[in-house]
Amino acid sequence: MVDLIYQLFPYAIAFTIPLLLTSLGGLFSERSGVINIGLEGLMLMGMFVGAFTISQTEAANPGTAVWIGLLSAAVFGAIFALLHAFACVTLNANQVISGIAINMIASAVTVYLARFLTGSGNVQIIRGLSRQTIPLLSDIPVLGRLFFTQSYATTWLVLFILAAATFLLYKTKFGLRLRACGEHPHAADSAGVNVYLMRYMAVIISGACAGLGGAIFIVTLSGEFNGTAAGLGFLALAALIFGQWKPWGILAATFFFGFASTIANVSQVIPTLAQIPGIYLKTFPYVVTLIALVLSSKSSQAPKAIGEPYDKGKR
Amino acid sequence: MKTKVRVKKDFYMSFFAILLGLLAGAVLMAVTGNNPFEGFFYLFRGGLMNIERIGNTLATATPLIFAGLSVAFAFKTGLFNIGGAGQMLIGGLCATAIGLTFDLPKPILLTMIVFGSLIGGALWASLPGLLKARFNVHEVVSTIMMNWIAYWVIYYIVPQYFKGPFLETESQRIPEAASLKVPWLTELFNGSYINLGIFLAIIFVVISSLILERTTLGYELKAVGYNRDAAEAAGINVNRNIVLSMAIAGALAGLGGATFYVGFASNMQIGVLPSQGFDGIAVALLGANSPWGVFAAAVFFGLLHTGKGFMNAMTAIPPEVADTIIATIIYFAATSVLIERNWDKIKKINFAALLNRGKKDSLKAGSGGEQ
Repeated sequence: MVDLIYQLFPYAIAFTIPLLLTSLGGLFSERSGVINIGLEGLMLMGMFVGAFTISQTEAANPGTAVWIGLLSAAVFGAIFALLHAFACVTLNANQVISGIAINMIASAVTVYLARFLTGSGNVQIIRGLSRQTIPLLSDIPVLGRLFFTQSYATTWLVLFILAAATFLLYKTKFGLRLRACGEHPHAADSAGVNVYLMRYMAVIISGACAGLGGAIFIVTLSGEFNGTAAGLGFLALAALIFGQWKPWGILAATFFFGFASTIANVSQVIPTLAQIPGIYLKTFPYVVTLIALVLSSKSSQAPKAIGEPYDKGKR
Repeated sequence: MKTKVRVKKDFYMSFFAILLGLLAGAVLMAVTGNNPFEGFFYLFRGGLMNIERIGNTLATATPLIFAGLSVAFAFKTGLFNIGGAGQMLIGGLCATAIGLTFDLPKPILLTMIVFGSLIGGALWASLPGLLKARFNVHEVVSTIMMNWIAYWVIYYIVPQYFKGPFLETESQRIPEAASLKVPWLTELFNGSYINLGIFLAIIFVVISSLILERTTLGYELKAVGYNRDAAEAAGINVNRNIVLSMAIAGALAGLGGATFYVGFASNMQIGVLPSQGFDGIAVALLGANSPWGVFAAAVFFGLLHTGKGFMNAMTAIPPEVADTIIATIIYFAATSVLIERNWDKIKKINFAALLNRGKKDSLKAGSGGEQ
């Protein structure tokens, strides 16, 4: 059993990390008052841009191609999210419909471009990110083996982003203003905060995070873009809600979901786990999210002004 | 109830959205070095050029009509049903299960399939309805969760109980007696995919329209959609209507699933959320939530989906351009609030006067130059 946990742990973490980052992106957007159902599409855009960039550059510079790919995925994710921000903030559009449009545009345009640029709907990369064992820390008993052996550099990058995002949201003026826009935009406005600008920045940050998250999934786990994010973006959305729109809640939620998904993915290979039917493990994240929504219905932590377009003239 | 102005406005807004969607498709084709006119020519020709293709267009439109009706019906009660894809899967699973289990004459089997998929979809969707009514859980989030629960339920149930002979990832083919395809219709359309589903779709367009416009139930559902508090004050049971509206929406989507999995197709693939569930949102928006508007919009999308393969065969343009057009239409439908808000201003613009003024201005400028 203990060995099993040691075996599964690296995979569970690798699965958690892209979810965590995407969910954090969603946190920024929703905390500023903009629902982001488009996370799935933003991730898919990151997957495509990441896979394409890496597949084109890895022959010339094998060492840095992965990082160039990750960076460009974040940049294009941010640019693509502008479309959502423009609809939701400038045009006062229905945020849910715009998010759905983002998902559909992403799945159509990425495959279109993949076919046009590479001749096939799938884009493969030859070398992903390699796992590394951190010298001294991996000698710590138990923890060292769980966390510091066979870890990806991106894992540490994302955990750093988690810490930075928490600091940014709760300890800085920027974070306070951003959260105010999601709770009571009129109050924020009368205190001199530019609600439109804050919401634009929040949605752009969510695009960068989701794009990077998608590309991390490519370089660590899947190794190819195949035209779908397979519901990862929606899983991140579920984690955001299950984590009650709080960074540490999101960390716990994504880790739970990551572990459950990993067990379901490998359960057929490992006899001990084959007894647990996959159907329960795979539906687990969505079922617990529904239960969490029911339980928190009386005291929901959701941002108060979420989903409402900000209209200066309305009081 | 709808005034003429309202209908006219809806028509213009749908027209703008389609125009902008086609424009986005044209830009995408042009940027990637293709001729958009050639692309559109083959796209529409592919959906219309012969009787078989027209049949396929209608067959592709059939599940879209149901998915669109489902979204439109919930919209009328102020609910946003994003769960169409999951409800279609459950309806399709019920239809497939009935078709593979019972060995009965075709008319009886098809009746069972229709009612089975209706009930399956209705039950699946009434859960988000209940959660909304009882616990105020937002139906957008709960229907998304239900979609993925349905996705994984199909993923494990189909291989376990209805595994096909060759592939792990699909169900057995349903027998002839369980298919909505009938020989006379297939022959009439030269071997196309068209099936009895299109007649079911038309029947349910009429039924939806009657329920919404002519019955107390429809009146109550719409009253809840217009103003929940006012409806409550007028003695309408809001919670009951919310659950009912979701159940009806689910029933429509479930039947749509049956027309797809045992009509258009003959087996179920696992690991796919049917895209019709989301296209249904575009259909409902484009059809301005009216049943006949939904019908027209679904046929238009069916045309795009049927023509895209032919376009891809005749040109170098990837077929996903059709999906891009549909996605862009949703995007602009979302932003149509802007057009709606400024509608009165747009309507007041007197184009003739504008032209005349333009002429006067240029005359003035001309005379100014002489002075």
